[in-house]
Amino acid sequence: MTTLSRPIGAPGGGALAIAWSRVWRARRLVERNIMVYRHQWLIIFSGVFEPIFYLAGIGLGLGGIVQTVPLADGRLVAYAAFVAPALLATAAMNGAVFETIFNVFFKLNFAKTYDGVLATPMGITEIAIGEMLWALMRSALYAVAMFFIMWAFGLILSPWGVLMIPAALLVAAAFSAAGLAGTSYLRSVNDFDVPMGLIVMPMFLFSGTFFPISIYPWFIQAFMQATPLYHSISLIRGLSTGIVGPAQAWDLVYLVAFFAFFMWLAMRQMERKLIK
Amino acid sequence: MTVLAASGRVWQRNWLVYRRLWGRSLAFGFLQPVLFLTAMGIGIGTLMTQQSLEAFGGVEYIDWLGPGLLAAMAMQTATFESTYPIMNKIMWGRNYEAMLSTPLGIRSILLGELGWSAFRIGSLAVVFLVVLWLFGIPRSPLALLAIPAAVLIGLAFSACLIAFTATQHNDVGFSAVFRFVINPLFLFSGTFFPLAQLPDGLQVVAWATPLFHGVQLVRGAILDQLDPGTAVLHAGYLVAMIVIGAVLAERNLTRRMAG
Amino acid sequence: MSPHPSLVHARGLTKRYPNGFTAVDGVDFDVRPGKAFGFLGPNGAGKTSTMRMIACSSPVTEGELSVIGMDPRTQAREIKARLGVVPQIDNLDTELTVRENLEMYARYFDIPGDVARRRTDELLEFVQLDERARDQVEPLSGGMKRRLTIARALINEPDLVILDEPTTGLDPQARHLLWERLYQLKRRGATLIITTHYMDEAEQLCDHLVVMDKAHIVAEGSPRQLIDEHSTREVLELRFPDGVRENLDGRLDGLADRIEELPDRLLLYTADGEHTLDQVKQRDIPIESALVRRSSLEDVFLRLTGRSLVE
Repeated sequence: MTTLSRPIGAPGGGALAIAWSRVWRARRLVERNIMVYRHQWLIIFSGVFEPIFYLAGIGLGLGGIVQTVPLADGRLVAYAAFVAPALLATAAMNGAVFETIFNVFFKLNFAKTYDGVLATPMGITEIAIGEMLWALMRSALYAVAMFFIMWAFGLILSPWGVLMIPAALLVAAAFSAAGLAGTSYLRSVNDFDVPMGLIVMPMFLFSGTFFPISIYPWFIQAFMQATPLYHSISLIRGLSTGIVGPAQAWDLVYLVAFFAFFMWLAMRQMERKLIK
Repeated sequence: MTVLAASGRVWQRNWLVYRRLWGRSLAFGFLQPVLFLTAMGIGIGTLMTQQSLEAFGGVEYIDWLGPGLLAAMAMQTATFESTYPIMNKIMWGRNYEAMLSTPLGIRSILLGELGWSAFRIGSLAVVFLVVLWLFGIPRSPLALLAIPAAVLIGLAFSACLIAFTATQHNDVGFSAVFRFVINPLFLFSGTFFPLAQLPDGLQVVAWATPLFHGVQLVRGAILDQLDPGTAVLHAGYLVAMIVIGAVLAERNLTRRMAG
Repeated sequence: MSPHPSLVHARGLTKRYPNGFTAVDGVDFDVRPGKAFGFLGPNGAGKTSTMRMIACSSPVTEGELSVIGMDPRTQAREIKARLGVVPQIDNLDTELTVRENLEMYARYFDIPGDVARRRTDELLEFVQLDERARDQVEPLSGGMKRRLTIARALINEPDLVILDEPTTGLDPQARHLLWERLYQLKRRGATLIITTHYMDEAEQLCDHLVVMDKAHIVAEGSPRQLIDEHSTREVLELRFPDGVRENLDGRLDGLADRIEELPDRLLLYTADGEHTLDQVKQRDIPIESALVRRSSLEDVFLRLTGRSLVE
């Protein structure tokens, strides 16, 4: 009867081995989500088109009128080349946020999916990391699709642009950790207005997606520079236009710290929510 | 009970639920246009030269964008209200099943839901118009006509989407509708830029879409550029869409609730 | 490897929630391998909290608990690898089909894919759901969902299966089918822990019972032992015409070992119910109806707590 007589944590492997065994087991939750979406792939796949439509509508449609925009280093670039990397960053954010807010909320509060999972050797850590990995995969799909669209339309202006994909993964990791932590505070579906309407939407509009934030007075600029999407866009636009300097290093540090903090908070909150 | 009186009960049921949320709903209804106008209107507006503004008929970009966003809001609210909540009442919460075991019929349910949609969009349009006034966009009191115009847009989308929702058995189709219908309409119906920017072939397509006509009506009312002849044409398009949508919705709901 | 011969060993086990409510207050019990162990008690007695501590889904507040020789505080993952859990409310994965529920669950236990598929086939047959394998979970009846949850709990061939009120809310037919399956499981040598507030369920399934009330264990033994110890062999149930019961004035005194007063009837505990009924008739007490039956666990519970089990 003992299918698993060997202890599951790493025997004599120490903390690092245990941590790795948990990350490794977290892939089961990714398998689960793949199983679910085998029947509903359209939901995920259709997200690919959102940044493409925005690029066509805003970047090219409005870009035909706006023509050029100044970059941080003073160069003038086509409006589409200005907007596209920001849309790539936003797509990475959206994939992560939709997955960790709407879907995790549903599993946490309605379907009680995790209660069943927790009766197995899977723990809170595995669930949090598993959902994050899944969100990361979804974001990666959007980022890669957008990358090729940009490439096809000649909107990647620098060889640094290839690094947009790993940068988008970091952005997705940061937002999925924040989404996971935030979801645990939501009580009902009506509360979705708060993260979407008060945080995601304003960030989308005011993080330099569609115009340089330098047009605002310094105090509004300072406020915008505190948001994670601003740094995501600054980093990814920097890579696609070849502006790589201290500002982008700072974006990187910001995003890593943001990720680490919210990952810690997400674990703590999931624990509080699921263990009674 | 007449069909109309019965539909009032369906409306009333929605009101009972909404009563606890209206403050929040209207607050977000106020905040969203403020954010959009500040970001897209003022922000992108600063990138425009005097020359590029000619593409917008010589008005400031924010003045041109504001009414377009109002029309888009009517479409988006109607879409949302007519998908998940209706699906819930058909399938997940089975409210319609309970209603149909009372003297209420399918037609009353449909009219009640459409009435509700009209009310929600009307009230949000009022809030939106207040925001536009704060930004100094409306040219004359004629701008008030934007409210019934927004309601027409809302009803047109509600009727068609209820007809669609009644045929669905899970929410997968909704993502497709949002992504492949609503979002492109939002971006390519003359909301953010004039259709003249589109390639010729696409211009014709955009011309045929409902939001384009809605945007023309609302923008005409707010910027006081309404030409009675074309206004009737735009409104007629939306009314036709309401009638066709409602007939389909009644048929599909009847089939669904019988099956 | 186990320091105790018992599969679950609890001493002074206590569960206090953050709001200060004590759900389980210093209970002691031992679950022997190969037996069906039952927790009997009304809602709120502390059965579910005890089960959740054994299943490592709720931390122990105080006291000693070992499950399969391991400590839930430090070895939760290892314990859970060898448990099967049927929670009080089904938490099947509603986004997956019947078959996928089992296969996916197997993967959480790191069971290889081919083994998972084989066991899924076997278990679907065992719980008679093989014809619904490709269906979604939501449209299944309550009994079918319950059976699927039980199949899911067996996917890892557990050493110990925990069932929290397995048949609550099911119709009689579904209950009997479920009992039959659990009985099969017992015959295969599985150790079961079952909570219930149904006497018939406890009598049918359990070798050993503890009776819980208000966070404490109030009695323990086999169903037969409990009845012998805390009740008489038979019970005479009496209903009276209007106005008679208020004016009995002690005319039943001495007829039974003990009399319980329920709102609608009196229960007379006695070794020979028919004999007692004759005596009642001899005393010319008007009765509306009389029923003689054997004592059950319901009577044990009434005796121990002064309350009925199902209210």
